[in-house]
Amino acid sequence: MAIQNIICIILVVIGIVFMLMGSIGILRLPDFYSRSHATSKSDTLGILFVISGLVVYEGFTLSGIKLILIILFIALANPIGTHALARSALQRGLKPFFNDSAKKGGKS
Amino acid sequence: MHTFFLLSAIVLTIIIAVPLVRVLKGPTVFDRLLATNAIATKTIVLICIIGYLYGRIDMFIDITLAYAILGFVGSLVIAKYVISSKVVRD
Repeated sequence: MAIQNIICIILVVIGIVFMLMGSIGILRLPDFYSRSHATSKSDTLGILFVISGLVVYEGFTLSGIKLILIILFIALANPIGTHALARSALQRGLKPFFNDSAKKGGKS
Repeated sequence: MHTFFLLSAIVLTIIIAVPLVRVLKGPTVFDRLLATNAIATKTIVLICIIGYLYGRIDMFIDITLAYAILGFVGSLVIAKYVISSKVVRD
């Protein structure tokens, strides 16, 4: 087994673990803003890891250069899309989730 | 290596199916849009791995680029539409 395949397997497994964390976070967290906090960053990092592993497996060819272009585009586009959605929710008037007991404890 | 790509494609399909629960029972419309956006960004990686499974990555990589650009533009347009829309309720 070549050294490229081993590096590819390690990177792809790390990326899939990050994407699994993002999916669990979008299912379990209590609020829209915390859900967007969970899914945006971890999904971007997971996609970057997986496609970096595919670049290592592919080598320096035309498809490898296009994969690097996909990495650059995802790293720019995915946080911008989630940020636009969260800003539209804030302008629409969606209230963030506060922990009431912690706020009362802070006052008294 | 083919077996590894097949296994990772199966696991990735299960991961993609998880936010569908949030699409179905989200309290507001923004939760549904966020879950749809998450599904669209993970599908990009799935299309790349399917390209390696079929052995034709030179064709599937162009499909991936087009899908990524269309998903990004669609997400921005919907986020701009939802602000000033009277039709969509919370």
